[in-house]
Amino acid sequence: MIGIQPIDQYARDISDEKQASVIDGSAKGTDKRYHVLNQDYQDPDALRKLAASIKDHTLHHLGEYLEKAEKSLTQRGVHVHYASTDEDARQTILTILRQHGVTQLTKSKSMAAEEIHLNPFLIENGVECLESDLGEFIIQLDGDEPSHIVKPIIHLNRRDIAKTFLREGICNDYNDDPETITRRARVHLREKYMVAQAGITGANFVCSDTGRLALITNEGNSRFGMAPVPVHIALVGIEKIIPQERDLAVFLNLLGRSATGQQLTVYTEFINGPRSASQPDGPEHMHVVFMDNGRTDVLASNCKEILRCIRCGACQNVCPVYRQASGHAYRSTYGGPVGAVLSPILFGSRFPELADLPKASTLCGACNEVCPVDIPIPDLLLRLRDKAKREEVPSAGAIPMSPFAHLATSPSFWRTAMTMSKAMNHLPIQVAPIKPLQDWLGQRTLPDSHGGDFRKWIKARQKK
Amino acid sequence: MGTCLCDAFYDEAAKATVEILEHLGVTVDFPEDQTCCGQPAFNSGDWTASRKVARHCAKVFAGDLPVIVPSGSCAAMNFHGNLLQFEENPDPAINSLAGRTWEVMDFIYNGLGIKKWPGKFEKPTRIAFHRSCHSRGTGSGEATLALLESIENAIVTPFGQAEQCCGFGGTFSVTFPHISGRMGTLKLDNILETEPDILVSGDMSCLMHLTGLAIAQGRQIGHCHAIELLKKSLP
Repeated sequence: MIGIQPIDQYARDISDEKQASVIDGSAKGTDKRYHVLNQDYQDPDALRKLAASIKDHTLHHLGEYLEKAEKSLTQRGVHVHYASTDEDARQTILTILRQHGVTQLTKSKSMAAEEIHLNPFLIENGVECLESDLGEFIIQLDGDEPSHIVKPIIHLNRRDIAKTFLREGICNDYNDDPETITRRARVHLREKYMVAQAGITGANFVCSDTGRLALITNEGNSRFGMAPVPVHIALVGIEKIIPQERDLAVFLNLLGRSATGQQLTVYTEFINGPRSASQPDGPEHMHVVFMDNGRTDVLASNCKEILRCIRCGACQNVCPVYRQASGHAYRSTYGGPVGAVLSPILFGSRFPELADLPKASTLCGACNEVCPVDIPIPDLLLRLRDKAKREEVPSAGAIPMSPFAHLATSPSFWRTAMTMSKAMNHLPIQVAPIKPLQDWLGQRTLPDSHGGDFRKWIKARQKK
Repeated sequence: MGTCLCDAFYDEAAKATVEILEHLGVTVDFPEDQTCCGQPAFNSGDWTASRKVARHCAKVFAGDLPVIVPSGSCAAMNFHGNLLQFEENPDPAINSLAGRTWEVMDFIYNGLGIKKWPGKFEKPTRIAFHRSCHSRGTGSGEATLALLESIENAIVTPFGQAEQCCGFGGTFSVTFPHISGRMGTLKLDNILETEPDILVSGDMSCLMHLTGLAIAQGRQIGHCHAIELLKKSLP
């Protein structure tokens, strides 16, 4: 029995309001990206391909570059840790926090932290952990999950947010003016920054030659989170390494433009290590936790290109399936096309459960076209479909293909079937007990069969 | 190469392909044993089935002649999809087919070097041109646009969100009916807003999906393969 696919169900059940927010936010993202890249570069494709080749080179020599990065970071006085699983990463961070006696911290936006569900873990272990990115802060208040890589609350509108603020006591009256909402969040967060004892961030790039971290935000929340605290912890996926600092010229130019249509985000922070004697403020202790959590498995798979990803969300914005279903339909940290590839293989044990994700695509290729590191996402989705079939993962909606292959390798049967299909024109096909046909006819008509007509025509023509 | 859809439904597109190529001095051969490129099984992830069909296709089209297809999607299967499904065990026949396959508009424009189409419509005709997704990154889109625009009295009218897919995706439209239907409806909204006289594409599959939806929704839209429009414009 063919059941409804989970993603299709999300698209069927999504509220009009939520869908309007998603479509509006993502379509605007796509337009801005297109405009700014084409306005600033004669050949944006060449830049995308350059970025892809730098990433591929790095991934090919990842071990060496990690070692180099560790050396550079250590020289700067940074403590480097390695975590091979999500549990390792959580425990490593908790141990660091306990060493420093931290009970309160602020955290800026990090997909790596989302991936290992760091927030709930720290809270369970008695550490107050406040999200300082506005979107993530609202997600935290709602007990919700981010639905987009760079715009975590793309699925909400300002009325939703105003209601949350009132409900959670951030303010005493309902006001859905965006500026008022932002001001209220700021007042609330500023106090928290001052009492925090540590700041947790991610990192967009780690330069292996200098050990410098590059961190981009639009709200400046990460620098607020770091300035007044004695301890800074950066949680970084091992694929975030780049060989040299000068490679940032390529990546920073692509990342802001691809993500939000900005030439550069409002804040680009370069973190050199813990505060030096001559610096007035900043953390005295800095820790970098390099996290594997499935990445080396991905690197060894035939989908390793997905590790080029710099988390810009452009593929998500342009994806017609994501726009209809929303990020939550992907049931994992990463939504949209990148999530459809990454989630089933990064969280290896969840492959059977998430094997529908690679199928939820028309393979239209819009994702590849906008990807700043030219990831051939449709090819990767196809390889994962092949994997699911080979590993016999039961998956709703799989249409049996061996009868088709048999027919398509038997030319005379094929020709007969084509000619016979004309008979369908005179049959009440609306009631034929063929599930795929019924699914198609549920919303569409089918053209009349002209089976065999072309072959008859060309035979006659060739005889002339 | 005729394609399954032309075999089953759209004989006019296949006829126009033959007539236009012959008009341009090309001798057209139609190997009778051809069936399908194998894409339905390939996209479903059943590569054991799709490799069988692809090998059959490569055998039928063996030789050194260019293989011309009135579909960006089937063409991409031959020159891209096949390479992917045979990447671990490359097959010379498959590689040969990949190197010789052309989408028809790309062949006319870039292969034969015909940059202007000497056609004419009696009155100004507004054309909505849907670039099929599987021809992304190939020469087909620009070729079709340039040829259509060069027809006298043809007005190719841009529509909103042109980069978005029509929602067909083969078995996708059956497996994900709600998403597919909504994508198609959105595409129709964007196209119909420009009030075109006709909707054309280089892939009948997109048109089958869009017009199938339009008719079921009681909306009117004339449609044909871009090659049919080239034919209609000739004196």
